[in-house]
Amino acid sequence: MSIADTLNNPYTKWMEGKGPYASIVISSRVRLARNLTDYPFPHLQDEETGRKILELGRKAVMSQEMEAQVGKMDFVEMEALSPLDRLFLVEKHLISPQLAAEEGPPRGLALSEDEAVSIMFNEEDHLRLQVIYPALQLEEAWELASKVDDILENSLDFAFDEQYGYLSCCPTNVGTGLRSSVMMHLPALAMTRMANKLFMELSKLGFVVRGMYGEGTEARGNLFQISNQITLGPSEEEIIANLAQVSRQVIEQEEMAREKMRKEGLAQLEDMVFRSYGILSNAYIISSEEAMAHLSNVRLGVDLGLLRDVQLQKLNELLVETRPAYIRKIAGKDIDAFNRDFKRAEIIRKSLAKI
Amino acid sequence: MFCQECQQRPATVHFTQIINNKKTELHLCSECARKHQELAFTFNFEPTFSINKFFAGLLDSPLFQVQPVSAPECPNCLLNLRRFAETGRFGCSRCYRSFGDSLTPLFRRVQGTTQHTGKVPKRAGGKLSIKREIEKLKAELHQAVQEEAYEKAAELRDRIRALEDKLQ
Repeated sequence: MSIADTLNNPYTKWMEGKGPYASIVISSRVRLARNLTDYPFPHLQDEETGRKILELGRKAVMSQEMEAQVGKMDFVEMEALSPLDRLFLVEKHLISPQLAAEEGPPRGLALSEDEAVSIMFNEEDHLRLQVIYPALQLEEAWELASKVDDILENSLDFAFDEQYGYLSCCPTNVGTGLRSSVMMHLPALAMTRMANKLFMELSKLGFVVRGMYGEGTEARGNLFQISNQITLGPSEEEIIANLAQVSRQVIEQEEMAREKMRKEGLAQLEDMVFRSYGILSNAYIISSEEAMAHLSNVRLGVDLGLLRDVQLQKLNELLVETRPAYIRKIAGKDIDAFNRDFKRAEIIRKSLAKI
Repeated sequence: MFCQECQQRPATVHFTQIINNKKTELHLCSECARKHQELAFTFNFEPTFSINKFFAGLLDSPLFQVQPVSAPECPNCLLNLRRFAETGRFGCSRCYRSFGDSLTPLFRRVQGTTQHTGKVPKRAGGKLSIKREIEKLKAELHQAVQEEAYEKAAELRDRIRALEDKLQ
């Protein structure tokens, strides 16, 4: 699949809805920050240097070795994409908002055919390599990221220091350059008000909890993203293992909270799930916020076996299909807020009815 | 107990932070604590926390002693340490060496440690990965000796020697 196909299809690999703990963990992501020795970092670059970085990056990514060992990659300069298409890639979680920004140095994107690997050029660092997988598959994602990193290293001179490790633009990324994160659906913890307490504990252990769309976003639809804060000191394997372990503990807590809800209020739970299902299947106008809240309830219903005919993959796809950029893409750019809510309701109705 | 910052007023505000199992404690008077309010202690909880203010705060603190006049400059990208502290971003990979030891307290604060132990690029790290391997084997050797697994220990000792020869 080329990047042109990517831009026409809301579905991407992390939405698969299969794999370990897929009912609670939506996706696992690892990201590596890498820079080239001595070249100025993007925020200090002139145009020419920026172009040079893109050219070096493009060559490294399009190598035969990459194709043989990882698969075919496609490369595109961000300038060639419309602002709307860039936003759509952000909504698909394939690139960061900073790479999509209209202002900034020359930037580029390389994407693997299955969209699991994306390499961002000239974001905050010269390279940001991301692997995103469905469900709890941090180790697998790290393995692939490390393999891609090894291949890139054959043709790119990555800045590395014996003491500080991989050198990054911001000191918060130095060392391993590794930020790993898991996206979890935690409705029972949120509803029983245990979530905040748990997150306070996690932050003491060096983990950061955020909303679905990263820094500064709230946790809509009970979706939380947990990631490691420290990048220097522990090894990559330790960082990954720690996050995986913490994730499993959070899953366990969520399962306990769900069991408690089921025991103490099955009728209310069923009412909540089917009411939300009813609204999503029948509404003609729905805001993003309302849709996210009901989708969370429906997802919980699916996990608990109350709703048997809805697939997790469908619900994962709706996470992106109900976002503004996708709706604008399929409805035409100048759609106003009212018509967006109308279109959103239509998308959800159709998606749930197809089953 | 007196305030660690001004050494004048009694310390009434106590911060504890644990990163990487390393505990950092800070005891301040209420006045100095106010100046520190943008520091690490709200790091994990406050979504509007600004990383730039955090670095600027560090620079002004006696914990991070830098004189603006003598602020080192990176010969490669010409970024100086003061500018770095304002933006929280390095200019190029060489800045790390150019700013040298001034960075140690910063990394202690942000990362808890100052030593990378993870992956090493193959190209840059032929010797380094051998050193790491030796360290790993030495730890295993120690373990083997403690467990009185002498056969394994002897084997590990030989492997360490072979690697040390390679380093020569």
